Amino acid sequence: MAIQVLMPALSPTMEEGTLAKWLVKEGDVVKSGQIIAEIETDKATMEFEAVDEGIIGKILVAEGSAGVKVNTPIAVLVEEGESADAAVAAPAPAAAAAAPAAAAAAAPAEPKAPVAVVSKASPDWAEGTPMKTMTVREALREAMAEEMRGNGNVFLMGEEVGEYQGAYKISQGLLDEFGPKRVIDTPITEHGFAGIAVGAAWGGLNPIVEFMTFNFAMQAIDHLINSAAKTNYMSGGQLGCPIVFRGPNGAAARVGAQHSQDYAAWYAAIPGMRVVMPYSAADAKGLLKQAIRDPNPVVFLENEILYGKSFEVPDLPDFTIPFGKARIWREGSDVTIVSFGIGMTYALEAADKLAAEGISAEVIDLRTLRPIDYDTVLASVMKTNRCVTVEEGFPVGSIGNHISSVIMQRAFDYLDAPVINLCGKDVPMPYAANLEKLALVTTAEVVEAVKSVCYR
Amino acid sequence: MAARKAPERPNVSKEELLKYYREMLLIRRFEEKAGQLYGMGLIGGFCHLYIGQEAVVVGLEAATKEGDKRLTSYRDHGHMLACGMDPKGVMAELTGREGGYSKGKGGSMHMFSREKHFYGGHGIVGAQVPLGAGLAFSDWYKGNDNVTFTYFGDGAANQGQVYETYNMAELWNLPVIFVIENNQYAMGTSMKRATKSVTLYGRGEAYGIPGEQVDGMDVLAVKAAAEKAVAHCRAGKGPYILEMMTYRYRGHSMSDPAKYRTREEVEKIKTEKDCIEHVRDLLTQGGLASDEDLKAIDKEIKAIVNEAAEFSKESPEPALSELYTDIYA
Repeated sequence: MAIQVLMPALSPTMEEGTLAKWLVKEGDVVKSGQIIAEIETDKATMEFEAVDEGIIGKILVAEGSAGVKVNTPIAVLVEEGESADAAVAAPAPAAAAAAPAAAAAAAPAEPKAPVAVVSKASPDWAEGTPMKTMTVREALREAMAEEMRGNGNVFLMGEEVGEYQGAYKISQGLLDEFGPKRVIDTPITEHGFAGIAVGAAWGGLNPIVEFMTFNFAMQAIDHLINSAAKTNYMSGGQLGCPIVFRGPNGAAARVGAQHSQDYAAWYAAIPGMRVVMPYSAADAKGLLKQAIRDPNPVVFLENEILYGKSFEVPDLPDFTIPFGKARIWREGSDVTIVSFGIGMTYALEAADKLAAEGISAEVIDLRTLRPIDYDTVLASVMKTNRCVTVEEGFPVGSIGNHISSVIMQRAFDYLDAPVINLCGKDVPMPYAANLEKLALVTTAEVVEAVKSVCYR
Repeated sequence: MAARKAPERPNVSKEELLKYYREMLLIRRFEEKAGQLYGMGLIGGFCHLYIGQEAVVVGLEAATKEGDKRLTSYRDHGHMLACGMDPKGVMAELTGREGGYSKGKGGSMHMFSREKHFYGGHGIVGAQVPLGAGLAFSDWYKGNDNVTFTYFGDGAANQGQVYETYNMAELWNLPVIFVIENNQYAMGTSMKRATKSVTLYGRGEAYGIPGEQVDGMDVLAVKAAAEKAVAHCRAGKGPYILEMMTYRYRGHSMSDPAKYRTREEVEKIKTEKDCIEHVRDLLTQGGLASDEDLKAIDKEIKAIVNEAAEFSKESPEPALSELYTDIYA
C-alpha cells in the first residue's frame, strides 16, 4: 500500500523548512533508515531518514523548495508494481500526522512580513532612516559580530557556540571570523564557566556568556547574582563587572517543565543587575550592542520562538538603544497593555482584535526590566485609566505585580478599574500540547482581560 | 598534621627571614586586635581570623611579581595584608567605616583592591575558584605571563565547581595556582568526616593538573613550592595545585566555640609547629638577629596595628547617601 512521506518537524519550534536536497530519485528502492533527503530548519541542515521500505513512486516537493510546512506530503512510497499516480492521494499515516500538527499549534505562527507598528516613529533612530528586514536571530548575530569587530576584549563563550555554530544558530559564522580564542566552546559546566567569565570580566575583558537556555543558568545563578551583580557594591565601586549573560528564556514548544521557565522576574529583582528582554529584531540588536558596552552585568533574555521572526531593523553601521526606555508600539486611548518579550505577540494581536471591536489599546513594550521605564507606563495609564499586563512567567511575584503596585502608588486616582496581571499559569509547564497551550498566556485572554477592565 | 620535615632551605638571607617574620607578625597582631575589637562590639557580623596560617600567604606572596592576582574566601585579612594593602583600610572596613576598602559596604568578607590586584574576599564557599581561573583567563587572553593565586580551604575542596574549574583550567592551559589551605576543619567538620579522598593535592590528577602537599607552617617550604608552581604557570604549562597543610588556632568565626577539637590538639600545634616561632628560631639560633632586634620589630608592628585600630574607630560611618551609590559601575 502506498505511503505518503511527510515533511518532518525536526526541532521543537519548527513549523516549516527548506527541502534542500533529495538523495533519491523516482524509481529508487529505499530501505528503512536510509537517508533520503536533507532538510534545512532555521537551526541546521538535517538528514532525513526513511521510516518505511518501498520504492520512491513520486517526489511531490522538488529540492530547493523553501517554506515547506511540517506535515506536507513530500514524496510517495509505493510497493512493487503499484501505480505512483494513484498513490499521490494515499492517506497520511494517522499517528504520524497528529503529533507534529499539535506541536505546530502550540507555537505562534512566524509571519513572513515584519510586524507592523502603529505609533509614532521609534525614539531610537531618526525618521527616514533606511530599514532592512531581518530576523531576531540575525539581529543578535550582527550585534555580537559588530561589537567583536570593534573591541578585541569582547569574546563569546558557551556550549556549542563555536564548531557547532550555536545550538540555535545565533553564533553561526562567528568562529570562522573571530577564531577559537574569541569564540570559545565550553564543556557542559554552567556553574564553572559562568564563574570563569565573571573573573575574566574583572580581569578587564568583556565576556558574552551564552547559556543554551536560561533554564541551565540555574546551575550558575550564584555567579550571576552573588559574584557579578553584587561585587561593585561590595567593593565600594572598585570592581564593576562588564559581562552579558544571554540565551533563550521562557517556553519554546513542548519541551516540558524543566526547559520552559521565564526568569524575567527573578533577575529583575536583583540590584546591580541589568535585565533586558527584547521583542523585536531592532531592539534585540540595539539593546544587545548596548549590553555589551555596558560596564555592568546584563542578563539578556531571548526567546526561541521569536528567533525566526522578522522585523524592520534600521540599516545603520552602528546603533544602540538605551536601557530604561519603553517603546510604544501602538497608541490608544481606552486601555494600556504593558508587556515585553514574547508577551508582545499576544498584546499586539489582541490590540488588533480589540480595534475591530472599537476598543483602542495602547501597547507598551518595556524592553528592559531593570531599569523599568515607569514614566512611560504611568503617563499612558493616566491617559487610558486602565491597564492589563502580559507576560509568560509565573504569577506570584511577577513583573505585572510590581507594575501594578507602582501604578497603585503613583496613579491610584487615575484608575477606573483594577489592573489585571496576565501571566503563565501557576503550574510547572506540562508537556501535553493541549495543557501547554492552557498554561501559556494567550491572545484570547488578553482580549478578555481588556474587555473586563473596560467593563465591556 | 605531618611532622615538619627539615625543609630544603633555599639560600635564605637574613633580610628575607626578617621580612617574613615582620609580615607574619603583622597578620597575627592585626588579627588579635580584630578579635579584641569584635569583643568590644566595634566589628560586627562574621569575622574569620587567620591566626596560625600566616606562613601560607606570606610564603606564596614571596613568589609573586607585579601584575599577579590573588583572591580567596572569607578568611581574607591575612591575604590583604600580605599583598600590601593598608592595615588602616582593612581594619576600617571591619568596623564598617567610610575609610574602609569598600567604604564600609563590604565588611570582613568582602574587600578588594584593584591597585594591589586583590580580587576578594568571597563569602560563598568555593565560588572564588572559577572566579580565580577567570582572572587567569584574562591574563592568558592578553598574552602576558602573570599568574593568579586562587586560595580556598579544605571545605571548599568538596564543592563541585572546583572540579568544573580544574577541568577547564587544564583544558585551556590557564595560569592559575590553586592554593588549598588545608586547616583540617571545614567550620566544625574535620576532613575525615567530610571525605575519604584526603589527599587534596592529588585531586587534580584526573584532569592532568600536577599538585603537591606542602608544610604550610614553614614559610620557607611554602615559598619554595610557590616558586616551583609559579615557574610552571609562567612557562605556559597550565594550572598547578598546592595543598598547604596548616592549622587555624581560633574558631571558624568569632562565634565558634570550637568544641569539635581538643584544647590539647591546638596547644600541641602552637607549641611544636608555630610558623612565627619557627622563623624566630631560625633568626636567633642562626645568630642573624638578637632578641633586641626582634623586640624592636614587635614594637614597630604593634604601632602599625594600634594606628590601624585607632583609624578604624575614628573614621566616620559611611554617609547615609552611600546606601544608593556603587550599585552600578
